Amino acid sequence: MFAYIIRRIFAAVLLLLVVSAVTFAIFFLLPRLAGETVDQLATQYIGKNPSPEAVQAVKQNLGLDQPLYTQYWNFLKALVTGAEYTFGPEPATCHVPCFGYSFKNHLEVWPELSKRIPVTLSLAIGAAVLWLVSGVATGVVSALKPRSIFDRISMGIALAGVSLPVFFTGALLLTVFSYEWPILDNLEYTNFTDNPLMWARNLILPWISLAFLYSALYARLTRAGMLETMSEDYIRTARAKGLAESKVVTRHGLRAALTPIVTIFGMDLGLLLGGALITEQVFSLQGVGQFAVQAITDNDLPKILGVTLLAAFFIVLCNLVVDLLYAAVDPRVRLS
Amino acid sequence: MRRSRTVALTAMAAAAVLVVTGCSSSKKSDDTKSTSAATGTEAAGGSGANAATKNIVNASDKKGGTVTFEMKGTPDSLDPGNTYYAYIYNFSRLYGRPLTTFQPGAGEAGNKLVPDLAESLGQVSADGLTWTYKLRKGLKFDDGTPITSKDVKYAVERSNFAPDVASNGPTYFKELLVDNETPYAGPYKDKTGDLKSIETPDDTTIVFHLKHAFADFDYLVSAPQTVPVPQAKDTGADYVKKIVSSGSFKFESYEDGKQAVLVPNTNWDPSTDPIRKQLPDKIVLKMNIDQATIDKDLLAGNAQVDLVGGGVDPQTQAQILQNPKLKASTDNAYGGRLVYMAINTDVAPFDNIECRKAVQYAVDKVSVQTSLGGPIRGQVANTVLPPDIPGHQDFNVWETKDNKGDEAKAKEALKACGKDGGFSTVLSARTERATEVAAATSIQAALKKVGISAEIQQYPQGKYLADSAGAPAFAKEHNIGLMMMQWGADWPTGYGFLQQIVDGRAIKASGNSNLASLNDAAVNKLLDDAATNPDKAAREKIYGDIDKKVMDQAVYVPLTYFKVFLYRPDNATNLASTPAFSGEYDYLNIGTTK
Amino acid sequence: MTELQKTPARAAAPGGEESFLSVRDLRIHFDTDDGLVRSVDGVSFDLAKGRTLGIVGESGSGKSVTSLGIMGLHRSKRARITGEIRLDGEDLIAAGPDRVRELRGKKMAMIFQDPLTAMHPYYTVGQQIVEAYRVHHPQASKRQARARAVEMLDRVGIPQPDRRVDDYPHQFSGGMRQRAMIAMALVNDPSLLIADEPTTALDVTVQAQILDLIRDLQEEFGSAVIIITHDLGVVAELADDILVMYGGRCVERGPAETLFDAPEHPYTWGLLGSMPRLDRELQDRLVPVKGTPPSLINVPSGCAFHPRCPYAELTGGRSTEETPKLTEVAPGHHAACHLALAERHRIFAEEIAPRL
Repeated sequence: MFAYIIRRIFAAVLLLLVVSAVTFAIFFLLPRLAGETVDQLATQYIGKNPSPEAVQAVKQNLGLDQPLYTQYWNFLKALVTGAEYTFGPEPATCHVPCFGYSFKNHLEVWPELSKRIPVTLSLAIGAAVLWLVSGVATGVVSALKPRSIFDRISMGIALAGVSLPVFFTGALLLTVFSYEWPILDNLEYTNFTDNPLMWARNLILPWISLAFLYSALYARLTRAGMLETMSEDYIRTARAKGLAESKVVTRHGLRAALTPIVTIFGMDLGLLLGGALITEQVFSLQGVGQFAVQAITDNDLPKILGVTLLAAFFIVLCNLVVDLLYAAVDPRVRLS
Repeated sequence: MRRSRTVALTAMAAAAVLVVTGCSSSKKSDDTKSTSAATGTEAAGGSGANAATKNIVNASDKKGGTVTFEMKGTPDSLDPGNTYYAYIYNFSRLYGRPLTTFQPGAGEAGNKLVPDLAESLGQVSADGLTWTYKLRKGLKFDDGTPITSKDVKYAVERSNFAPDVASNGPTYFKELLVDNETPYAGPYKDKTGDLKSIETPDDTTIVFHLKHAFADFDYLVSAPQTVPVPQAKDTGADYVKKIVSSGSFKFESYEDGKQAVLVPNTNWDPSTDPIRKQLPDKIVLKMNIDQATIDKDLLAGNAQVDLVGGGVDPQTQAQILQNPKLKASTDNAYGGRLVYMAINTDVAPFDNIECRKAVQYAVDKVSVQTSLGGPIRGQVANTVLPPDIPGHQDFNVWETKDNKGDEAKAKEALKACGKDGGFSTVLSARTERATEVAAATSIQAALKKVGISAEIQQYPQGKYLADSAGAPAFAKEHNIGLMMMQWGADWPTGYGFLQQIVDGRAIKASGNSNLASLNDAAVNKLLDDAATNPDKAAREKIYGDIDKKVMDQAVYVPLTYFKVFLYRPDNATNLASTPAFSGEYDYLNIGTTK
Repeated sequence: MTELQKTPARAAAPGGEESFLSVRDLRIHFDTDDGLVRSVDGVSFDLAKGRTLGIVGESGSGKSVTSLGIMGLHRSKRARITGEIRLDGEDLIAAGPDRVRELRGKKMAMIFQDPLTAMHPYYTVGQQIVEAYRVHHPQASKRQARARAVEMLDRVGIPQPDRRVDDYPHQFSGGMRQRAMIAMALVNDPSLLIADEPTTALDVTVQAQILDLIRDLQEEFGSAVIIITHDLGVVAELADDILVMYGGRCVERGPAETLFDAPEHPYTWGLLGSMPRLDRELQDRLVPVKGTPPSLINVPSGCAFHPRCPYAELTGGRSTEETPKLTEVAPGHHAACHLALAERHRIFAEEIAPRL
């Protein structure tokens, strides 16, 4: 098991390296291949009145005049060891993990980015709990009584949930509960540590709109999984032992049906932690997703690179956790 | 061009705007639609639709409360020395006092330049090369230290001579001021030296030495680049996190990309400041708010101002227009920009004025206006200078009935051009701008009717001026005869608006704004006359003449004068849509009754 | 029909022993979208403690449905179960589901065809046996239950049971898994053990071991055993009595020896013909029963076997019109066939026996 974990962690780090290289190439190599000169690239970061001196200064500061592999190497090095740069009277240290500094306002990327993580984390985890509980519960009940009224209604709602985009449900919730009947008005992110109640109050609408989509998905997944599991031979065996039906469902049915759901859940959570772009946009939450949108709008490459790597990190991390969890849950995985 | 709102990152020079008050000064026939949309119900007491384009609405000295500004996206920077957005020029005055600024006021009143940090407007030498300002007495930073002319000098140095740190703002001072013998490298690289052409003989006097005469210099120093910065507190790029205030409010907190909180600056002395009021207890600027949420917050009174000032989104606009009560709380103001199509005189057959005339006559401006969002988003234009820039004159050189185009006249001109069979050309537009592409499509259809076939080519806006339309060689090579464009000025004068787009000597190989490649000796001469003429009225007359001359050349097809549609929350006080800041409300003295 | 069935049924429990399990006119029908599926349509038999009954038939003949019916494992609302199942005098059909659940695993237990899929992959073999034990012995501590599990594993012949108890099913070989299943089934000393195709999924050498195990354990525990199989060879080894099912009905029933020596029903002949025999010389080829099992929704009229029966024409048309009744042909031996007795014996003696 230990070797397995080490192997997986090693693979995860390797994957992150590949992601960083690919992202780096997309933003720095592709424009060059398409014929963009270093000067043109540098000019974009100055914008107006790009005097030759200014272009030169930017090129030097960003290291754009160096070969690409050197730039990439410097980028990696800064990530691990930090870097020093001068954007003012005194040289400043870019602390580990140093993702460089914004092209737009020359601030360090990581401190700004890391501030966004709690927002997205709160949003993603709250929504995840909500959708996991509601989705799985709905799915199980539906599966135990297939074709019942409950099943039909909840699967109908689930279909709607899967089809309705967050920017619709979110905007609807916001209009209704923040403006028409201002039960939940003046929503703005509050730190959990500052005031847990306000934290939950201000996040409940985003949670619901995000969870609505996902719980619909999970209800359908759970239902399908349960229907399949409950027809397995070992369920018949469990019943043949004389187990109470509730135990058959939970201990034997759900346990097995949840395994694939855990996998998908890990992926979904990982993706969300990289930024719930639309939800953050609709609810004006200053999370990682919004950071990404802003970075892309500004064509602020270090920010884009940083947020891409962070998103990749979360996905890789969640996958790693899922794999380890999977091994813990399903003994058959451990040996292979 | 100062980036008013989300406008291009690339542009190079110019504009703010004089909002013409309501419809009284606007034109006749073509204007009826916008007039009806703009007037609406008008109450007597200074409220009602468009009230804030004429008066200060809800004028009040009531103190207290929290004024909330919300914005879509993030600003380039709140650092006065590192910004180029009109709304930050406007907003930064809360915490920073430039040498001069615009008087808070609606319409023409808002366009009046008044001394701010300086005790009067600049004293210019006889040759026009030396400008001297005296600072007011008793000025202090928020930490209580006195403000001196050295802090102003330092602010100009850091904002203009350190392009790798303060890269966002324009560098007019750098271009205009005499440089040192060995070029000045800026305060970060050259820690002991300074720019010799700015002198500070004493703590309250600052003298600027120019390379050539520049009549608009008082306007130039209204930019936040003259907001004093104490050198000891300057941390370069990080200064934005701890800006030292010289205005009526100071920073309580700043979170990049999230929010800034301002509180009254206790070291600000009202006796040194005739224009600021310091009303609210707190000013909160929330960034990265969804536009739909901003609109709803304005309607609900949760927020007082949409900082960007670009107007409500189309859905909200529809909702407001259907409700007379809501409509009475709106202002449909000029946004300080001309939407136009340039005709490239470099590309045949547009080197022939008759072919340019054919295009002038062929375009159906009403249909273009519709594709740009209708009268609320812009009024049909026939001059280069918008009606809100001093010097604007009303004329229509290439008149067509109801501005809907005239096929017969166009065909006649084509014949005179020797192209009665028509010809082909390319029409460029910016990919990201859906309405610009729509307008181009509408023009394409109108041209087709007279036999001109225009192929629409889209280019990314980030490189529009740098590499495509704004690169004359590229334009010529790709047969780009027609180019969609918008233009605004960095300060509201005819010079600020016209110079970059009509001066033949301003044509550049890349980043060119004179898209028509117009190089007319008479026009160039008039510009020089205006730049050195100390008399304001005489200058304004010249701007009108230049406009006329340019239109006679038929090189620009004015399409619309851009307008914004703003909503005024009931609980916001002292709202005045000011032409000095692209039709935005003046942010200096907004308070709340909440 | 009732009268005719009852008399022979009694005789199935030889030696005057009181029958422990008594099934009467059991019908299990399923209401589906395609129509009513008559999976079991009037089956009766008796089984005494210490005896083994083999139920034989092709897939879809209703043998597994019968066994699940006895266990009360038909949970679908669409299942309609009528008739009588008496276990130790208690009618299971009339009893509530909770009562049947109490009996399940305790008084009657079942082992299934594929021991890999029949055991939960996420729990250790020990956990699953412990669970089975503690359902019916709630007062037993985990430690006691575990000791019991180890003991049972030992009894079914798992080497090092105290270690293997913590293994997962996938770590067991096929035969060991089936032994573990048996251990699990027997952990509560059931009086009735139903083994549904217990050896089908195993390879031949293991099959014999498992069958031996079942026989040994039956002797030891003295329980009644039902072996369900499509393979006559299996029941030949184990069963005291054999019941042949076709199309949801019982077509022949009798003591094992009689049934093998003098089968009465053409379908039984077919089954015997398709059975590989080690004690005889190799045939050219096995003779399978021609045709396919009948649809249980549209069961053929008359004798359900008539479309496949080579001798159907010899009945003068009765086979297509009249459902044959189960009649006693020899003491304790019953068959449901329209062919005249003499005719049957003649055909068997002349055409069938030589080829077996």
